[in-house]
Amino acid sequence: MLGCATNSTHAMADSRQEAWQSAVPLVLASGVAKSFNGVPALKNGCLELHAGSVHALCGGNGAGKSTFLNVLMGILQRDAGSIRVRGGEVNFSSPNDALHARISIITQELSPIPGMSVAENIFLGREPRRLRVIVDYPRLFEQAGKLLERLRFEIDPRAPMHRLSLAQTQLVEIAKAFSHQSEIIIMDEPTSAIGENETEVLFDAIRSVSSQGAGIIYVSHRLSEIFTIADRYTVFRDGGFIETGKLADIDRRHLVCQIVGRQVNAGARVAAKTGGETVLSVKNLGRRGEFEDISLDVKRGEILGIYGLIGSGRSEFLNCVFGITKPDAGSAALLDKPIPKGNPGKTIRRGISLITEDRKATGLVLSSSVAFNTTLAALPNLSFASYIDRSKDRQLMKRMIERMHVKLATPEMNVSELSGGNQQKVVLAKCMATNPVCLLCDEPTRGIDEGAKQEVYAFLADFVAKGGAVIVVSSEAPEVLDISDRIAIFKKGRLAVVIDGHLASQEELLHLAS
Amino acid sequence: MNQTRHRVIDALADYGIVIAFFMLCALLSIVSEAFLSWGNWVNILRQTSINGILAIGMTYVVLTKGIDLSVGSILAFSGLVTGSLVTGSAPHGVLIGISAGLSVGLLLGAVNGLLVARLSVAPFVVTLGMLSVARGMTFIYNDGMPIANLSKDFRFIGQGMIGEVPAPVIILAITFLIFWFILKYTTFGRYVYAVGGNERSAKTSGINTRLIIFAVYVISGLLSALAGLILAARTTSALPQAGVAYELDAIAAVVIGGTSLSGGVGTLSGTLVGALIIGVINNGLDLMGVSSYYQQVIKGMIIVAAVLLDVSRKKQN
Repeated sequence: MLGCATNSTHAMADSRQEAWQSAVPLVLASGVAKSFNGVPALKNGCLELHAGSVHALCGGNGAGKSTFLNVLMGILQRDAGSIRVRGGEVNFSSPNDALHARISIITQELSPIPGMSVAENIFLGREPRRLRVIVDYPRLFEQAGKLLERLRFEIDPRAPMHRLSLAQTQLVEIAKAFSHQSEIIIMDEPTSAIGENETEVLFDAIRSVSSQGAGIIYVSHRLSEIFTIADRYTVFRDGGFIETGKLADIDRRHLVCQIVGRQVNAGARVAAKTGGETVLSVKNLGRRGEFEDISLDVKRGEILGIYGLIGSGRSEFLNCVFGITKPDAGSAALLDKPIPKGNPGKTIRRGISLITEDRKATGLVLSSSVAFNTTLAALPNLSFASYIDRSKDRQLMKRMIERMHVKLATPEMNVSELSGGNQQKVVLAKCMATNPVCLLCDEPTRGIDEGAKQEVYAFLADFVAKGGAVIVVSSEAPEVLDISDRIAIFKKGRLAVVIDGHLASQEELLHLAS
Repeated sequence: MNQTRHRVIDALADYGIVIAFFMLCALLSIVSEAFLSWGNWVNILRQTSINGILAIGMTYVVLTKGIDLSVGSILAFSGLVTGSLVTGSAPHGVLIGISAGLSVGLLLGAVNGLLVARLSVAPFVVTLGMLSVARGMTFIYNDGMPIANLSKDFRFIGQGMIGEVPAPVIILAITFLIFWFILKYTTFGRYVYAVGGNERSAKTSGINTRLIIFAVYVISGLLSALAGLILAARTTSALPQAGVAYELDAIAAVVIGGTSLSGGVGTLSGTLVGALIIGVINNGLDLMGVSSYYQQVIKGMIIVAAVLLDVSRKKQN
């Protein structure tokens, strides 16, 4: 359990002031609780953050991390518990209050103003001015330049924001948070959109500010990152505090168990009996500027992994097979019958489903209910002359929600009210509702937590065990290696080689792909 | 306790517009004795029928995140085309006249739909262009002259009574029922919500999103034409300047009825209540002797207030 009480602050001698300050945690939260409409989202949030520390806050979706951070930032008001910042009890009523207390947050949602320069974005609302109203551009660019240099981000402060890559945009957001000279910085999945090189740059920046005395709360689903950058960890599960400690004292497996709440088997999928009938067969498929001359087969009971770097054409290939785009050359066939080109509706009816990489952008209709989303793709099977058979519709919806174990109050609730992991389950339910024999998965575990990842893997294994075929596109080499029977490696829009998934290593994969 | 309070608030939010409508009626019945009379209600409903029909089509369009500014112009052009075929001097049958007018609406709606769905031009721009083009064609069609003396059979759809109820009200009721059914019980209706809620998700769900978008503009065009025929029949002559600025009242009815301009959320019953509120306000202000200049000011404020209510409600959630 966390130590909660700090003693009287008045009796401190001036000479001991400094020593005392380092002993008082930057943030000391205990018993923080928050309910929505009577449903508790956070029951017992505890966290102790010290100056100079990078503290990993771990937990699955629905563990209460976001609620806790929102309470800390003053976006939500807590129902119970105590939060002390630098020893003093606080109750922020808005993020602005938190900023004034030198707490800032970097979220995964980016909010740049595309028409402005990098420097203007960093100092938005706090621009150096002349005569109070005229922006002092030379000083603005100078300050931004110094900041970026200190963080070692290689970005031109004068560059217009819309020219930047997604990774660079993320770095600018991070620079913005540092520019507030915050002592307490919350990072919520800061690496979700950036590559490995930028991650290294970011980690250097984190080390630099934490060595200057800032405390960082670091949230990430990528465990390897946590072990690289953080020194302490706290685990939440089901809205409650589970454990805290030093990362040096534990291993990855222990952390996963604490997050998931049970023992997990690392990978080790039983190799399915391959050599069954060919389900999906792609011949010489090509689309100008994206990929060319790709031929692949997937058999019953098989998971085919597709691995490649960004720009290798892996996602474009999947979209084209599914019919989002039309190929210039070649063809695809399901169970020996050609798949119509450029028509996702017909492709679905033939028995192929696509699980997209971004559930919010392309997976779900967030403004509608869970029930609406679950059967959306299956409606042609549930209707006669476009008239929907309501009882069939309800039955299928209930069956799918039960099968995927979606946790919800009522199927009529808005899908946007569900947690990320549950939303992902609705995406799977929607795909399964059309009764597919072949699943195309584009980064099926991006941005979801360890527990939910395990569930997705189990789901895919179960699907192929029942005679289905799966193609998984992933940029994470360990994931591809763990789940694939065979791995197709894409390189610059071409199929470089297909290898046996059980024999390959991570280095080999990377070597073949680059 | 807390639970029930939330339920009450939710119910108020869901039926807030209906409650507002009844409160408005109660207020007006106190202010004016004539308000509650049968004759006055027949009047309100008759006046609401045109805007109501336009607003039904508009709801479909707005649900897909679009907007149709051309309804008033299409209304006038269709009215004139039908009028030219059913004037006393022309020997064509009423059915031919009506089909010709409706076809005009269908066609112009299809042009809107094609430009929006196939060529991805912004709906605002496409229908703003059509607003001008169709209005211009209306003036060209008969040299800017009205077509008077429409045949008695045709005038029935605007002036006739079925029992105690005016024919336009019956037409509105039937139109409403048909399109309410389509929106609620057919795959097309669901797809309209899906396309407006998230077009890319709709596409990966196998929905032909272009076809859906095309179809809603065709529906809006068709219903504009229907409204145009009723208006011509009611005023006994087809006027080229008919329906100017009608798109504003139609959009207002949709918005007051709770349909989100960002697509994917809304109901047709809300739109109907929205249209009735506008009708009652117009009528009430008339009865109270408020000048039409002030009426515009008041109506504008009510539209903004209705949306404000909606926004604050969503914030609460």
